[in-house]
Amino acid sequence: MSEKVILAGLGGQGMMLLGRLIAQAVMLEGKNVTFFPSYGTEVRGGTAYYHLTVSDEEIFSPVIEEADALIMMNFPSYLKFKDLLKPDSMLFINSSMIDKIDNETNIDVFRIPATKIANDIGNVVASNMVMLGAYNQVKNLVSIPIFLSCLKNVLKGRKEPFFEVNKLAIERGADFIKNF
Amino acid sequence: MTLTDKNKKYLLTGNEACAEAAIQAGCRFYYGYPITPQNEILTHMAIRMPQAGGTSIQVESELAAINMVHGSAAAGARAMTSSSSPGISLKQEGISYLAGSELPCVIVNVQRGGPGLGDISPSQADYFQAVKGGGHGDYHTIVLAPSSVQETADLVFDAFDLADRYRNPVMILGDAQLGQMMESVVFNKKCEPNSFKKDWALTGANGKKRNIIKSFYPVRGELEKFNAKLQAKYSLIKSKEVRYEEINTENADIVIVAYGTCARICKEVLMKNKTPNIKVGLLRPITLWPYPSQIIQEISEKVRAILTVEMSAGQMVEDVRLSVSGRCPVHFYGRTGGGIPSPKEIIRKITEIISVKEEITSAT
Amino acid sequence: MEAIYKTPDSMIDTPTHYCPGCGHGIIQRLIAEIIDEKDIRGKTIGIAPVGCAVLAYNYLDIDTCEAAHGRPPAVATGIKRVHPDKIIFSYQGDGDLAAIGLSEIIHTANRSENITVIFVNNAVYGMTNGQMAPTTLLNQKTLTTPQGRSEQCDGAPLRICELLSVVDGSRFIARTSVTSPKNIIKTKQLIAKGFNTQIQKKGFSLIEVLSPCPVYWRMSSVESMKFIDNEMTKAFPLGIFKDWESQN
Repeated sequence: MSEKVILAGLGGQGMMLLGRLIAQAVMLEGKNVTFFPSYGTEVRGGTAYYHLTVSDEEIFSPVIEEADALIMMNFPSYLKFKDLLKPDSMLFINSSMIDKIDNETNIDVFRIPATKIANDIGNVVASNMVMLGAYNQVKNLVSIPIFLSCLKNVLKGRKEPFFEVNKLAIERGADFIKNF
Repeated sequence: MTLTDKNKKYLLTGNEACAEAAIQAGCRFYYGYPITPQNEILTHMAIRMPQAGGTSIQVESELAAINMVHGSAAAGARAMTSSSSPGISLKQEGISYLAGSELPCVIVNVQRGGPGLGDISPSQADYFQAVKGGGHGDYHTIVLAPSSVQETADLVFDAFDLADRYRNPVMILGDAQLGQMMESVVFNKKCEPNSFKKDWALTGANGKKRNIIKSFYPVRGELEKFNAKLQAKYSLIKSKEVRYEEINTENADIVIVAYGTCARICKEVLMKNKTPNIKVGLLRPITLWPYPSQIIQEISEKVRAILTVEMSAGQMVEDVRLSVSGRCPVHFYGRTGGGIPSPKEIIRKITEIISVKEEITSAT
Repeated sequence: MEAIYKTPDSMIDTPTHYCPGCGHGIIQRLIAEIIDEKDIRGKTIGIAPVGCAVLAYNYLDIDTCEAAHGRPPAVATGIKRVHPDKIIFSYQGDGDLAAIGLSEIIHTANRSENITVIFVNNAVYGMTNGQMAPTTLLNQKTLTTPQGRSEQCDGAPLRICELLSVVDGSRFIARTSVTSPKNIIKTKQLIAKGFNTQIQKKGFSLIEVLSPCPVYWRMSSVESMKFIDNEMTKAFPLGIFKDWESQN
């Protein structure tokens, strides 16, 4: 198997954390992974984007030219990466922040109101986890229990109380797809 | 974060892996100055060095950093500095002094675009500077070019050993792509920093003849003698330390020569068989100095053409041409200023080369 | 018979390359005497600068490291961090320390590296044949200030002791000269105090020594000594600028 995903959003929308945790989880499952974050001045605001390649085989080029999936958190991100979608690939958009997209014919589009769902369960910051829940429900890339154990390692100390809401966000994202 | 379990896989950026490998290779003195895209080396050192009982200082300039390395190396310790292209330019005088004083140390260059302030995206445009001297005088640094996060870690271990073995600065020549991307890495290289006897080091002349670390030879004839000694050492390094990876070069129509990030991208063309009608091989230099000239010469006698791919306007290609000496055509494909060659572009170039050659052959 | 004057054990008994009337020989001898008296030759490491004193290791019989121009404080830092219990000193001229190496000396003082700096100020670049130094006096003629140093064009003499004494990390800062037996004895006391500062792990110490350069001052040795006493000390007053002992 091989999966090339681009994750992008506003700096601060949690795409870095999400991508890193997916990378860590699939690594623990024994797969090869290359995670290439954008770096530089996009600390808050601006488009922060991440190339994630997962494969059973050696990964050569770390740069994604044709994506199997895009996970886009806001409109500028979508504009920046939409042309990298190859035929039959999948587009996951945070429909709370992206209302208009091109008329895609040979691409599966999943509109997930991630910001709204996260807000409804009490933590708008967990919108990244809603997207993961939705994406993984479709793609089954990562084992959720392993992902959660990686998440637990990150949410320590004063961040510990946020674990449950993140876990719930993943479930709500998955539920949204089940009822899609 | 402890990363010392030898059997465990860690997900790290190339920069973090580089810093951690240095610590595990026995480096206890690190001096750095912030510059993107290598800042993670500084931050990792700032956390981990104190845990390892070492010293990591954020210093006032690149000049101070390289000269502190000079001091710690002269004192007999394993020392390292890192930077990215503009900062490495600043260190060149210091590197010349280190080479002239025969001091072992490791210098990491996470290359970014140039010239000038350039940008912070991946580049391989410091090749000339790294392998042709960089600073003043007749000297060489050993230059190692990793192409993955794991190889970055492995080569950092080797770099410290090579530095100590030859009393010579060693450079790790990476790029922003390698430094910033995360991959799994295992730190399982053996390392015995104490196996190198450093009786030349400065420790105070307690009960022994005093030592002098210097590169100044004002008496006529002395410097020429010293340079002859340096050159003899370089010849030895050339004969013993050349490293490369060779893939599918047997029966290849065309062989790509590429290193670092570019080599990975080229590998995709070969391994995924993206040119079904053309047999493509790859020669990936791992040591950029000493350069794998011999094997490139041998390949050039068997193939229709060689293609060099770089993230530069054409630097390593000059060494390829020197190695080939006209035995076969040498082509070049390069991108600069943050452009990373894509497999598609490389395939296009290969097809172009082979079809042009075909036309010439059929016309004659 | 008891010897009352001899070459210090830490000094190699050989003629120096210094010009007649130069102060380097005196200052290096003082350092050797202090090393002998403190019995620290076996744990002392010196840093030789680029400048007239680069060959200091031909006279001081101790472990020595050369440093690139201006960088002795950085090299000293690198050594001291490896050997915190050894005695590390740098020996630097005015071009080395006050021009090209100004950044290193300020930051090394600010980190309060536990090292000692001997700063030899002779107000001129000697090794390169007599150009203006940052410490050249106003109106002083050098190869590159043929009409005399002009404040408007070249700036005024840079006062290092005054500058470093306002840096928090500096612990002992003093200026002295070698113009008379009395001043030479005083210089020895101050350099010894610098070494003591280090031995007691108090932090950064610097002793500036006003030193004659008769050749590039175009003066006799005697005139040079008078020039220091009468002219140089006006721009560079002697004294202790900072002392950790009197501060507490």
